[in-house]
Amino acid sequence: MAQPASITWFARHELGLAWRDWAAMMTGGRRTRGMVLGAILIVAALIMHLIAYGIVSSWLATGIGPDKPTLVMLTGGGLLFWSVMLSQALESVTRVYYARADLDLILSSPASAKRLFAVRTGAVALTTFAMACLLTSPLIDVLVLLDGPRWLAAFGVLGAISALSAAIAVAVTIALFHTVGAKRTRLIAQIIAAIVGAGFIIGIQAAAIIYYGKFSRFTLLQSSDVIKVTPDLTSFVWLPARAAMGDLSALLPVALLGFGALAAVIAVTASSYGHHAISTASVSHIRTERRPATRAFKSGSPKHVLRLKEWKLLQRDPWLLSQTLMQILYLAPPALMLWINYGEHSGAYVVVVPVLVMAAGQLAGGLAWLAISGEDAHDLVVTAPVSARMILTAKIEAVLTIIAIILLPLIALLALSSPQIALVTAVCALLSAGSATAIQLWFRVVARRAMFRRRQVASRAATLSEAFASIMWAGTGALWASSSWLALAPAILAILVLGFAKLISPRRD
Amino acid sequence: MPNAALEISGLSKSFDKPVVNALDLTIRSGEFYALLGPNGAGKTTILRMVAGLLRPDEGAISVFGIDARKDAIAAKKIIAWVSDEPMVYDRLTPLEYLEFVAGLWQIDATTAKARALDLLDWLGLAPHANALCGSFSKGMLQKVALAGALVHEPRLIILDEPLTGLDAGSARQVKDVLLNKVRGGVTVIMTTHILEVAERMAERIGVISNGRLIAEGSLAELRNRIGRGNTSLEEIFLDLVQTDAQGVAA
Repeated sequence: MAQPASITWFARHELGLAWRDWAAMMTGGRRTRGMVLGAILIVAALIMHLIAYGIVSSWLATGIGPDKPTLVMLTGGGLLFWSVMLSQALESVTRVYYARADLDLILSSPASAKRLFAVRTGAVALTTFAMACLLTSPLIDVLVLLDGPRWLAAFGVLGAISALSAAIAVAVTIALFHTVGAKRTRLIAQIIAAIVGAGFIIGIQAAAIIYYGKFSRFTLLQSSDVIKVTPDLTSFVWLPARAAMGDLSALLPVALLGFGALAAVIAVTASSYGHHAISTASVSHIRTERRPATRAFKSGSPKHVLRLKEWKLLQRDPWLLSQTLMQILYLAPPALMLWINYGEHSGAYVVVVPVLVMAAGQLAGGLAWLAISGEDAHDLVVTAPVSARMILTAKIEAVLTIIAIILLPLIALLALSSPQIALVTAVCALLSAGSATAIQLWFRVVARRAMFRRRQVASRAATLSEAFASIMWAGTGALWASSSWLALAPAILAILVLGFAKLISPRRD
Repeated sequence: MPNAALEISGLSKSFDKPVVNALDLTIRSGEFYALLGPNGAGKTTILRMVAGLLRPDEGAISVFGIDARKDAIAAKKIIAWVSDEPMVYDRLTPLEYLEFVAGLWQIDATTAKARALDLLDWLGLAPHANALCGSFSKGMLQKVALAGALVHEPRLIILDEPLTGLDAGSARQVKDVLLNKVRGGVTVIMTTHILEVAERMAERIGVISNGRLIAEGSLAELRNRIGRGNTSLEEIFLDLVQTDAQGVAA
């Protein structure tokens, strides 16, 4: 039995809560749902392993050795993945400081805040590792099966990188506390997380577009120019890639760096945790004075009043930025491609269509949840003398207007070169945004806006339907822009996804 | 003009089990009515059905002669609903919130602004009129919600535990505002667990238990009913609820 308030005791407490939270989210408290979900997860894992087999088998056929192209590919791919892991760790560490939940209780107790911090930072590293494993284990499993157990070392690399990500995230957060203060740290950390998460991928996409005129991020990693300028085989840069390939002499320094950095950061910063966590508590109590409103009240129809309210709240939403910034950043490479290839050949624009259509769907999903489900004054709006239909229509219009404002400049640029592709993009983006909004409408719940970050786990059916519908409309757009009749296939699938989503959506009186 | 502000007849609602059971209730225009009952008695469910937040399984609801089930919009125009959890947007200021509410009820913008400023002043919120509500205490949020309920000058105000979590000063302000409204001819229906509040403020008191109205009347009428003079409302309430529970058990 662990000593109360010790590190082990805190770890057991955290683990128990995390497990119950996860189990409740997955099963909704129903055993049968858990069993169905288990079956779905097994099928999903099998499909992911089949896809991994498809990717890995051709690579294995040419033989995998520690040569330059392989190391460049593994390191580049690893960096892409690490940028996402670091982004996730930054988000999670911010929550360690800002999410109140039981923090007030623990900080007001005689228990050591240092130990709590050590456990929660360790939990961030562990969660980052779990997420990384979830996404990469099919590839590693297939490599282990086909090329030998040496690839198991890749899990060790993932662990070390997760620890390093958590350490960097803590260091960045503490640095922000010191430089910009508790009030702005959360916002700036979110922006950094979004830029880190999307920045590297966007950067090499942009480089691929500028130098090779192609949209694929792997174009750059496979180019002979890049391989030529990278350091020689003895460089420490290749240590993580060598370690992942089973070189234990490379794994040791990688593990030492990752876990050592985490231990050092915890040791150095743990004593300030209580102080910073308490300073964040006062952030929500800071009176954010706005300019005194000397203007007259605006009059308008209830619909217009509702739209104005939605736009005002979206504009002031503190979490929205981190949730949508990445999607907006992903629009940068297509914009760059339009810029570079402007007036040359419209064929190049075909690759832009699916990106814009996907972005429209994903943005609409998030905004629609905020507007439709995240209604903080639900009772007020329902008791107002306005029909339910008008309320929903106003909210949908508010969302679609924002999507239109974001996408219109890009579509207009496209229209100057190729009106046909611009039309295809506009139609498919509208369908994608409309589908995501409709799904959010069918699966609407009564929730606080602050629950936004949990929307994806609250209804997996809605999240999956939204993602599938966006992907299918993106496919439709790409094929239609290439004047292929095959565009009908993803369009039909998108409609089927929508039909299925409507069918399984909760019944309303 | 009908004398009844609210007429409920045969109102029923079940979730897993019946929560409101063929309820009949009439509240006169311009009176302050307190609805009491133990936890889970069905008070909030009744009021939510009147406010249009829940659909009844059966029964009729008439608000100043308007059939609230057939013409919900017309009924909502003259009703205000205030719950124990203030329905306020964190990222709006009280003035912006009141502007939004006035817009929903289609109140003339100039009139709405004048009323909003008066209400904020009246409730002691004027110095915070331009601060985001997210930084407010529970009491301040409840007062913003109350201002929202009053800005469209409703004829019937329904309040579900409006004094929960308020400090003595805020509770006094809310009570004063409500009594003032009743003096001005507005009808107020309020649920509360603070029996002294019901005892002092309400003209009539209704006691709900197991989804039924088990007793109703002024404090004096309720005392007569249990046959004890000078008894506190607390004792009357406990007596009535206990008797009803025994009756249900038997």
